[in-house]
Amino acid sequence: MTVLALTNARIVDPSQDIDTSGTLTIEDGRITSCGSDPVQLPDDAVRMDCSGKLVIPGLVDARVFVGEPGAEHRETIASVSRAAAAGGVTSLIMMPDTNPAIDNVALVEFVLRTAREQSSIHIHPSAALTKGLKGQELTEYGLLRDAGAVFLTDGRKSPSNALVMRRALTYARDFGLVVACETQDDALAAQGVMNEGLLASWLGLEGIPREAEIIPLERDLRLAQLTGVRYHAAKISTADSIEAIRVARSRGVDVTCGVSINHLSLNENDIGEYRTFFRLSPPLRSEDDRQAMIEGLRSGDLDIIVSSHDPQDVDTKRLPFADAADGAVGVETLLAAALRLHHNGEVPLMRIVDAMSTRPASIFGLEAGSLKPGAPADMAIVDLNEPWVVSEKQLHSRSKNTPFEDARFQGRVVRTLVAGKTVFEAT
Amino acid sequence: MVFPHRHLLGINGLTEMDIMYLLDRSDEAVKLSRRREKKTSSLRGLTHINLFFEASTRTQASFELAGKRLGADVMNMAVGNSSVKKGETLIDTAMTLNAMHPDILVVRHASAGACALLAQKVGCSVVNAGDGAHEHPTQALLDALTIRREKGRIARLTVAICGDVLHSRVARSNILLLNALGARVRVIAPSTLLPAGIHQMGAEVFHDMRQGLKDADVVMMLRLQRERMTGSFVPSVREYFRFFGLDADKLSHAKGDALVMHPGPMNRGVEIASEIADGPQSVIEAQVEMGVAVRMAVMETLMLSGDGRARP
Repeated sequence: MTVLALTNARIVDPSQDIDTSGTLTIEDGRITSCGSDPVQLPDDAVRMDCSGKLVIPGLVDARVFVGEPGAEHRETIASVSRAAAAGGVTSLIMMPDTNPAIDNVALVEFVLRTAREQSSIHIHPSAALTKGLKGQELTEYGLLRDAGAVFLTDGRKSPSNALVMRRALTYARDFGLVVACETQDDALAAQGVMNEGLLASWLGLEGIPREAEIIPLERDLRLAQLTGVRYHAAKISTADSIEAIRVARSRGVDVTCGVSINHLSLNENDIGEYRTFFRLSPPLRSEDDRQAMIEGLRSGDLDIIVSSHDPQDVDTKRLPFADAADGAVGVETLLAAALRLHHNGEVPLMRIVDAMSTRPASIFGLEAGSLKPGAPADMAIVDLNEPWVVSEKQLHSRSKNTPFEDARFQGRVVRTLVAGKTVFEAT
Repeated sequence: MVFPHRHLLGINGLTEMDIMYLLDRSDEAVKLSRRREKKTSSLRGLTHINLFFEASTRTQASFELAGKRLGADVMNMAVGNSSVKKGETLIDTAMTLNAMHPDILVVRHASAGACALLAQKVGCSVVNAGDGAHEHPTQALLDALTIRREKGRIARLTVAICGDVLHSRVARSNILLLNALGARVRVIAPSTLLPAGIHQMGAEVFHDMRQGLKDADVVMMLRLQRERMTGSFVPSVREYFRFFGLDADKLSHAKGDALVMHPGPMNRGVEIASEIADGPQSVIEAQVEMGVAVRMAVMETLMLSGDGRARP
């Protein structure tokens, strides 16, 4: 097997806390050396000059909705893998919100088999916390874990019944599984479609108060403390949610949390005149909340960034705002949108890469997120400064519901490697 | 003056001058409507389609009459009981109608923003006849016309809007219009029927009718939907009427010549006592007459100036 050498690269790897220029070598799909020390390359080594380029561990996107099985017209495992590769994402965790839901071993095996055959990147299924995502009966946590499910979640929802939740967390703890929840009190959110406030009032749209997220989150944090489970608040959107997590941590609760790139990049004003591509769950909040998310990311209170990639077709988006579906695609624009935070000096590059690669890999126990010798050679080569404009026509995803249409970005993935093989190359 | 808008989707976006222009034209339309011969030919040959996804006999009839008096060919689409129930989307319906080359689409829909969405997809002028809890611009214009004809002006009048502001497109359009014309706006309602951020919407907020109505020049009552008066937003009809229904005692706190208005249809004995609705201060019937005139003025204006695509 020949050696592949990425030379003259700027290597940023949070797992080793290095930001250096040097050479990275790959052999048999694994990294053999990485750093600024001079390397003696064999004569037949394939050299790839990465002058002016950044090399980072491949991104790990811990929250991706895929339409397969059940809604293949929106996204398949094959199409999401192409989109992910183009975004520098080399591992993604697929949500169980499919039809049928991923709530049994057969579905987990279906996803893994399909991914093996059709995906160029690593796709890990998560499994339903309750049967059919209905919030009532527990699924087979042990069997699901052994089949390859990486965490438990009820996806877009979370169980409203506190007793069901307590038992789920208790049982999951025994199997060492992380439970990831997006919290929203359905009764309090009612028919709400955007953040509650002046803007929603003028638009005549029903609002969702911040408390609809915070109240069930605080309940879950109490139950996590009671049960000792590893709890992950999958997608928070308010300053008070970060505060609740900070307090829980101080009480010793084993809790991590994530934010979607949309809630770091956009706020409720982007909805403008009823633009349904900005209809998300949780809803886009105020600018103050967005700033709090950025501050949380910088301080590390907020652990990870996810794309929350959620493909929707015209049949669910080209509707009046109140009737449209939630969600936005994002796996392909995740890195570029996050790099805005680096370019405008809000969050250091190391922390951004950590939040999208090293941290999620460690929280969910994936062999990813590192450029250490011995690690799988999954990485993204990035031109940190290349300007580009998002166009839906260029997106690899089957669905085009991006909130970043026509957005100007700086920084683009030029090549993505999985196990040392190129799975995406910018043209 | 050229009216620089192709559609009328809301009061938001109109300037004071735009509004005054429409009101002046409406005064002309009132004169026309009071003649024996009520028809003109200004929209002859043009097609006006009423597209009501939500049933509303009164508003639809008002638009229909307005179109007919201007000489347009008027068609009513009762969408509520046709293809929409078979799963056709709003856009599909709009595109189908668009292919028939209408000149004006008058649209009512239960969802906020539906008219704006539709306006992006069709080639003709769109008039919002009410979209969810967003706007109902012709109602606000007819209210303003009624007030101006009775009081001679709108600036510096104190107007109290009472009742279910939360769900009311009429309230939003009126708050915008009255502020644009320099009136002092108050809202009076229990907090469960007020939207978040109401304090920043250009209205002084009251929860007590007697305080809120004090020295008011105009009292605008809003309709309270039946399903909202039995425990979900207010506990009961009798409690609501007691504290927020307009009766002689509460009205006595307003100025002696205060106008009483209601967009209709009224719930007598819920938000307004019959004796007040039919009393000397009520201009509720005048509002209906002004409705036709305002809609004539709006459609004529959109067709004759619009975005510069002057029509013969």
